[in-house]
Amino acid sequence: MAFSLPRFVSRGAEAELIPQGRLSGPMPWVIAIMVALTVIAAAAGLAFSNTARSASDALTGGITVQIVNANPVERDRQAQAALRSLRATPGVVEATLVSQAEIDRLIEPWLGAPTAEGAIPVPALIDARLRDPVSGEMLGQLRRTLRDVAPAARVDAQSTWLKPVFSAIGTMRWLSIALVGVLAFALAAAVLLAVRTALGTNRETIEIVHLLGGTDRQIARVFQRAIGFDAAGGGAIGLALGLVVVLLLGKQFGGLGAGLVSSGALGWLDWILLALIPVVGVGLAMFTARQTVIRALKKML
Amino acid sequence: MSNAAEGEIVQFDNVGLRYGTDREVLSNVSFTLFPGGFYFLTGASGAGKTSLLKLLYLAQRPSRGAIRMFGSDAITLPRERLPALRRRIGVVFQEFRLVSHLSAFDNVALPLRVAGVAEREITKPVADMLEWVGLADRMHALPAQLSGGEQQRVAIARAVIHRPEMLVADEPTGNVDPDMAVKLLRLFEALNRLGTTVVVATHDVHLLKRVPDSLIMRLDKGRLSDPTGALRYPPRVPRPKGEAR
Repeated sequence: MAFSLPRFVSRGAEAELIPQGRLSGPMPWVIAIMVALTVIAAAAGLAFSNTARSASDALTGGITVQIVNANPVERDRQAQAALRSLRATPGVVEATLVSQAEIDRLIEPWLGAPTAEGAIPVPALIDARLRDPVSGEMLGQLRRTLRDVAPAARVDAQSTWLKPVFSAIGTMRWLSIALVGVLAFALAAAVLLAVRTALGTNRETIEIVHLLGGTDRQIARVFQRAIGFDAAGGGAIGLALGLVVVLLLGKQFGGLGAGLVSSGALGWLDWILLALIPVVGVGLAMFTARQTVIRALKKML
Repeated sequence: MSNAAEGEIVQFDNVGLRYGTDREVLSNVSFTLFPGGFYFLTGASGAGKTSLLKLLYLAQRPSRGAIRMFGSDAITLPRERLPALRRRIGVVFQEFRLVSHLSAFDNVALPLRVAGVAEREITKPVADMLEWVGLADRMHALPAQLSGGEQQRVAIARAVIHRPEMLVADEPTGNVDPDMAVKLLRLFEALNRLGTTVVVATHDVHLLKRVPDSLIMRLDKGRLSDPTGALRYPPRVPRPKGEAR
């Protein structure tokens, strides 16, 4: 008798071998919760990544020059001189003097609306952009150049100010990735427990199928399929739940109107990645089920 | 196996079996089964009949000794190759071992499905087989809805549906009325005439007399006595069916 790759021809017959009810139980709901949490964690991770990337792109070549002088006439003179000097410096692709109106708007939340009389002296600001990322050497060179024409100038890289923010964003992003990993592990553990329980419950049936010539692969496929159906159902529910939460959170954060927050908005590629989470979940659940069953069956003759 | 007879289907050589650290339930069991033979395995309760059958249908590996089945060494055979051997054997378990959530039809169809037979080629043979064992009108019943005798007939139908090369039956007539017992025995004989080697464990001495060409193996406290001398291993001469009696 030739040994052919064994299979159950009828998918229906295969599914019947282990009653679906004995395998599923709360499994779809566990998977739904895991997938929902994973979608939220992954969305957070992607948003943090987008924020970091966007801010980094914007700030990498940016410098700010402050002219700190209480005398408004002298401040304006030095600001104009510094602006001319910057525009003439090789490597500086753009230099703009921030208007007084813009400065007033920026400091208004802290100092209130400016008044004509007795206004608090505020430094003049020049926003400049370099061709290359800002280096310490470049900053030093610019300081030396500006010292002669604008002694009151203070030159800083914009990225330096936001370093702690970048650091926090990076930590949050890694935390999200770790959370996705932990949830994947928890999903695999839940599937493992469910399959082990189902193996115990269906031990008699499995022994009979073995004695009738059934192979480990055939039996594993039955469990794999059952878990696959559970995971697909749970994954769809979990994805829907997760997306609702992500959309609500997105709406709330979007309402803040802060530049850094809005730069974390998810792109179409991010949404596709989120939609793939249940697919990966189904794959992970089926793989775990198969490995668990094969390993358990190897202990039987 | 230089001294093995040509064409044997099963060969036990000095086989011993113990469960855990208990004493051996089978000791120094040696015999040969030939293709097309009809064998009865008798012995008192606890003599080791079921244990010997478990070795025959590859549910158990022996503690010692050598077993060859269908030309393969069943002791060293890789686990992955056991299913192929098992598909050549039909088993009627003493306690039936029907799959409780499957109907009589699906239980009988199980060996065919396991072997990958197309669904369209399953329906008729299974229905015919169930009709033959008198369960045509019960094919959709679950095992729990069947009487002991009906369950036993389903178990027998399941064991023979795929025309195995060897049929191993553990007390197959224990739960059926005498008429059905005779009918089932006739089925076994019919299969045997078609070339299936049949091994029936029974303590029903009346059954032994109903198959004139059968050979008898008697187990006594885990040791095989061979009243006819026909089963001894190494065999003195290859004995085709019926020659021993």
